[in-house]
Order: sequence, then C-alpha cells, then structure tokens
Amino acid sequence: METVLAIVCGCLVAGGIYLLLSQNLVRMLFGLIMLSNAVNLAIFVAGGLTHTQPALIAAGDSVPGASMANALPQALVLTAIVIGFALLVFMFVLFYRSYEVLGTTDTRRMPEDGPARAYPSQNTTTRQEMGP
Amino acid sequence: MTNLLIYPILLPFATAVGSLLLWRRPALQQTLSLIGSAGHLAACLFLLAAVVQDGIQVLAVGNWPAPYGISLVADHLSVLMLMVTGILGTATALYARGEMAISLRSQGFHALFQVLIGGISGAFLTGDLFNLYVWFEVILMASFGLIIWGQGRAQFVGAVRYVVINLLATLLFLLGLALLYGLTGTLNMAHLHQQIMTQESHGLVTAVAFMFMAAFGIKAGMFPLFFWLPASYHTPPIAISALFAGMLTKVGVYALIRTFSLVFLHDTATTHAVLLVAAGLTMVTGVLGAAAQNEFRRILSFHIISQVGYMLLGLALWTPLALAGAVFYLVHHMIVKANLFLVSGLSRDCSGTLELPAMGGLYGAKPFLAVLFFIPAFSLAGFPPLSGFWAKLLVIQSSLEAEHYTVAAVAVLVGLMTVYSMVKIWIEAFWKPSPDFGPDQRAIVPSAWKIAPVCALALITLCIGIGAEPVYQLADTAARELMAPQVYVRAVLGGAGP
Repeated sequence: METVLAIVCGCLVAGGIYLLLSQNLVRMLFGLIMLSNAVNLAIFVAGGLTHTQPALIAAGDSVPGASMANALPQALVLTAIVIGFALLVFMFVLFYRSYEVLGTTDTRRMPEDGPARAYPSQNTTTRQEMGP
Repeated sequence: MTNLLIYPILLPFATAVGSLLLWRRPALQQTLSLIGSAGHLAACLFLLAAVVQDGIQVLAVGNWPAPYGISLVADHLSVLMLMVTGILGTATALYARGEMAISLRSQGFHALFQVLIGGISGAFLTGDLFNLYVWFEVILMASFGLIIWGQGRAQFVGAVRYVVINLLATLLFLLGLALLYGLTGTLNMAHLHQQIMTQESHGLVTAVAFMFMAAFGIKAGMFPLFFWLPASYHTPPIAISALFAGMLTKVGVYALIRTFSLVFLHDTATTHAVLLVAAGLTMVTGVLGAAAQNEFRRILSFHIISQVGYMLLGLALWTPLALAGAVFYLVHHMIVKANLFLVSGLSRDCSGTLELPAMGGLYGAKPFLAVLFFIPAFSLAGFPPLSGFWAKLLVIQSSLEAEHYTVAAVAVLVGLMTVYSMVKIWIEAFWKPSPDFGPDQRAIVPSAWKIAPVCALALITLCIGIGAEPVYQLADTAARELMAPQVYVRAVLGGAGP
C-alpha cells in the first residue's frame, strides 16, 4: 500500500512541477494544488499506514488499547489541508485580480517592471485612492 | 517555566483583533497599532532581560510536557531576533503613520501588519518544527496581503512571483517535515536532535536536510533561489517593503541557523560544506546584481541577497566566532537595511522618483537627509566605526581562522563592491546636480512621523558601531549556546529527557 501511495505522490509532484513550469497562471494554480495534495498525502503515508483501530479511547478506559492508529499525522494533514486551502483561495483571487489589472494570464507577457512602468511618478496617496 | 514568552506573540494578535474591531474608526486604529507595537517592543525587551539573567526560558504551552506538546523556547538567538523585530515593528509602524493616509481605505492595514509581527515573533520563539511551519504560513498570509497593498500595477507582477515561489518553499518545507516525522516520529526540535543522533540511516536524514535547506534558502534569498526577491521587494509602499527587507529573509536565515545548529548535525561535512559554497555564491551574485541596477530600492534588494551570504557564511564555517559573527551580522543588517528602505522613502518624497538617473541634488537641498542616508549606507558597506564594520570583521576573521582563504577574499571583495553601489546611489541621488524637471526639493518637508524612525534607527546603528562590545557579548553567548545544543535540549526536555 505504501509503495502505491508513494508512486501516486511521485506522479502528483511530477504533474505539479510540470504545470508550474508552464507560463500560464491558471496552469500554475493547478500545479500548486496538485503539489499541495501530494505533500498532504506524503505526510499521511510517512506517518505509517497500519490496519488498526481508530485513535479513540474506549469508554471507561483512561489509556488507549494496544494497537491504535497514530493520530498525529492525521492532525498534521488536517492542519495542512486547512492552511493550504486558505492559501489557494487567496492565490485564486490574486491571479484573477492580476488578470483584471494586467490583462493577461501569461507570465511572459506581464510587464517587466522596468523603470518607466514601475514608477509613473506616482505618490502613495494616489495608490491609496485606488484602495484595496 | 514562565509566561513571559507568550506576550511577544499575544500582544500583536490582540492588537490585530482590536484594530479589526475598530474597523470604522481609522484614527483610533492607527493609535492602537502604535501602542501595540510599542508594547510588543517592551515585551521583547523584558524577555531579553529575563534570558540574559536566567538563561534559556521555556514555556510548555497548555502545560503539555515536551516532546508531546508545543514548547516555546527563548534562547539568546531568539531574544536578539525578537528585540530587533520589536524595534523594526515600532519604527515601521511610526513610518506607516506618516505614509498611510488615515482613511476608511486603510482599514485592513494595521491588522495585517500586526499579524505579520506576531507571526515573526512566533517563528522566533517556537521549539517545534510543525509549529514553525504554521508560523511561516501566518507570516505568508499577512505578507501576501501587504505586498499588494494599494494594488498598483507593478505590485501585481511582483506579488504573483512572490506568492508562487513562497508557496513552493512552504510545500517543500512541509514535505521535508513529513519525511522527518516518518524517520524519527517526533517534531520537537530538541527531541529531534536526540533522535537524529541515534539514527542509523544518515543518508535519508541528509536528503531531508537538503529539502529544508532549499525551503529556507528560498525564504532567505540564498543562491540560486533568490530571483523572486528583487522582482517583488521594490513594489509595495515604503513602510511595508522596509519591514519585509528587514525581517522576512532574516526569518529564513534564522530558520536555517536553528535547524542546522540543532537538528541536522549528523553530517556537517556535507551539509555545511554545501552551505559554504552557497554562501559565497550568494554574496557574489547579489552584489553583482546590484551593480547592474539603476533604481534605489532594487539596488537595496540585491544587497539583501549579498548580505544574507555573509550570515550563511557564518553558519557554514561552524565555529563559535563565525556564529557570533553571523548573529551580530543579523542584528546589524536588519536595522540598517530597514533604515535604508525608509530613507529611500524620504528621498522619494523629495525627488518624486526612485529612478537614480532622474534624481539628484538632494545633498544641496536636504543635507540632513544626506546624513541620514550616509550612516546606514556606509554601515552596510562596512566602514569603521559603524556597525557593519564589526559584523564583517567577525565573519572575515573567522573564515581566516578556519583557513577558508578563498571565501575570506570573496567576502572582502564583496564589501568593496557594496561600497561601489552605495557610492553610486550617493552620487546619483545626492551629489550630482538636480535635473531641471521635477518638484522644488527644498519646499518639500517629509512628515515628522517619517523622519523620527529613520533618526532612531540611525542612532541605533551608531550605538552598535561605537559600543559594539555589549552586542558582541550577546552574540557570543548566543553562538556558544548554538554550538552546545545539549543545553537547549536539557532546557526543553528537562533532565535526561524521555
């Protein structure tokens, strides 16, 4: 089982990296989603896969039984999923806004922030007026 | 066990919550943010005093004993970094008071700013690797919001690069974490130190170590992983880019120092040798990149990279003197670099631009500003008796003692190249006659909120330079603690450990 999941992880990473290397923001987004899932799966597998009882303590006992699944990797994965989800949502909004502002999803065609464009003699107040 | 450790984390978050509650009262929000920053600085100073007096402080959060619960640990390195965080937080909060108009549009700024400070403090204090990951995410979230603050066109280009590469670094960190947990079954750094020393398969641990090195290297701007940094740091408002320049890459450097002095010590011949080469290349590429730039903040951004090289060099040499040099360098660099970014803001207020060819005449129009630039710039370049001189001296001296003559020569050469860049800014922006177009520079007076933090940071630079001894003593103690991890492990796990 570990071998299969390890291969799945590898495929996800490979696909994620491939998509990240493309220069389209949407593909990069999907690449990062795949990578993040690959890492979550890796945490789960690295924690050790066993056929045991759920990590619950039976009523009346104060310690768990002899064989119990390790609850820590599951907690870690859960945290990582939640954080990863929040980051992906932010990235989605950011990419959409940059598409609106820059008019392209192709990173090659994004204006290289050279002299003329980066500071069209703006001061901070005009930036503020644009507002968040 | 002391609760003192929680305040540097708690205060910024409480301030963030408070400023969110004051959503419709921007003026009050502003005041609260300033008070919160000052309180954070005070908390950091109290903690510094406690650590200097009683040694390493440990707090087992929720009273769960290590290694099962999360422990917060403050040793000399942590509290020194925290102290500088407090200073920079207060300075940039003051500057932001002058830069951000008090209006309903700047509602979210203070909350994000305080969350960033709280996240950085958490990263410096935690003694648990997964907790460090969580703090990294907190820092990332807040910095994502801040880097596109104002939503200028150039900021989006910078932000996309910043966000993608930093997410990749975090995922790499998490993957390394997963494999490390699979190998050792623990995430507490002190416990990891014990576990890895008894591991048999050192090859796997080394592979994981390089994963961590790449992840933190991206954050720190290490060669060859630094390209995102100069592509994004010159875009946000001045107060934000000053805080980023001062703090964020240094969190990466701190994480590298912490993990490679406490966790991955099984094979220093490999890991620290790679670090040494990377450090040398980081110094050189950073300074060469800066030489090719013609924009104030872009030059400074490239110099962050070359200076990170010096700190990594201190870690890579792995002697007490070199580590003391690295810690001293961190303290000096954070203050000086943030100050230079703030000075660039004052210059932009006067000249209306940061493009060096379009600037000029500031020395004649604003001699006081010229002095304010001169102090941090030539401290960065390493002129005696400013703080940068002692920092460079320590690192170069230790590389000579360790008989790494090539690296020492590179370090000296990079110092000279830094002088070149600083002189370039000096000549272009301050010395040469003002171009005909542009506003009348004499008529513009930057607000006192902006000048005060710049003066204060310049004063601190002077104090560190002239009274280098106390800071060196602290850095030296920090280095000795790092070289003897048993003390740290005993403080966290207590006695012989579980």
